[in-house]
Amino acid sequence: MEVGQMQRRLVDYTKSLFMEGFLDAQFLQLQQLQDESNPDFVVEVVSLFFDDSEKLLNDLTMALDQPNVDFKKVDAHVHQLKGSSSSIGAQRVKNACIAFRSFCEEQNIDATLRCLQQVKQEYYLVKNKLETMLRLEQQIVAAGGSIPMIELGF
Amino acid sequence: MEVAGEVLASESQLHVLAVDDSHVDRKVIEKLLKISSCKVTTVESGARALQFLGLDEEKGSLGFNGLKVNLIMTDYSMPGMTGYELLKKIKRSSAFREIPVVIMSSENILTRIDSCLEEGAEEFLVKPVKLSDVKRVMNDCIMRGETEGNNRRRVDKRKFEDDNHASSSSSSSSSIPSSPSSPLPSSPSTAATSSPLHSLKRAKLRDDN
Repeated sequence: MEVGQMQRRLVDYTKSLFMEGFLDAQFLQLQQLQDESNPDFVVEVVSLFFDDSEKLLNDLTMALDQPNVDFKKVDAHVHQLKGSSSSIGAQRVKNACIAFRSFCEEQNIDATLRCLQQVKQEYYLVKNKLETMLRLEQQIVAAGGSIPMIELGF
Repeated sequence: MEVAGEVLASESQLHVLAVDDSHVDRKVIEKLLKISSCKVTTVESGARALQFLGLDEEKGSLGFNGLKVNLIMTDYSMPGMTGYELLKKIKRSSAFREIPVVIMSSENILTRIDSCLEEGAEEFLVKPVKLSDVKRVMNDCIMRGETEGNNRRRVDKRKFEDDNHASSSSSSSSSIPSSPSSPLPSSPSTAATSSPLHSLKRAKLRDDN
């Protein structure tokens, strides 16, 4: 596949992630911060997000698995996950965290367990999408092309 | 006493200390600051921030910091010492109270914003922090350094307190907002100076609500 085609494919794919709400404007902000002095910035931030999230999801699973659930602790973890997902623009994960927190407040064990499943699902979805997108970018760069900047009209 | 302007002239770059327990956020704020031509040091906690500044009681008054810090940007919600507690410690220290402190928080809770501004925070940024936020903060810092705005700000804050303690004939001192939609009381003097930024920030937050 020639570079132009790959670039178009990347643009379409990235745009779909915004349209479907996986990513929001904050992700665009991160892309705009990337430059020649730090060409791997987005990859690095996203990797940090993956590492942080996976640890938090593990912590959440354990915390909700206790006989006496400490909802304050659960809420603290969700707050962290909400923060980092918001910082990279992972909108659906962030929204799932917001819902999660309201059920933590209610100390509703069934609802919070469902929320955890929901957050995990959203996380793995966006992880998959971001990895696909970043792979497309790598292929373009490897072929000598440049990453097109996305302009969002909305 | 060293004036911020002199420091800026000699080092030509603002040195910002960024405090956040989130690894992702530290990375992002570091980039935002570097792109805005700042020197950046990131630390993960209030305790580390104090150590860096040399406020660590164990180490004595001057720690291992080689570079003067021109601005501190700290997250609000952190385990151990919150950003608010860090702010208070800095503002109550004779050595470091001149350093402007900006609070960042994902939650725009009016009482929280109020407390931070009351304790002397320059600004309260709602996360996720964007480049435009950082640039605005930088511009404020530079303007403050050049025009000795620190002195101005202190005078205005005192004036504001005086207005509050004075007789309640002034309507601004007697109204305390009970709902997020009502504007915050501010004496005419503070509104006329660099506090328009605060009003702008509050206006922005109301829109977000």
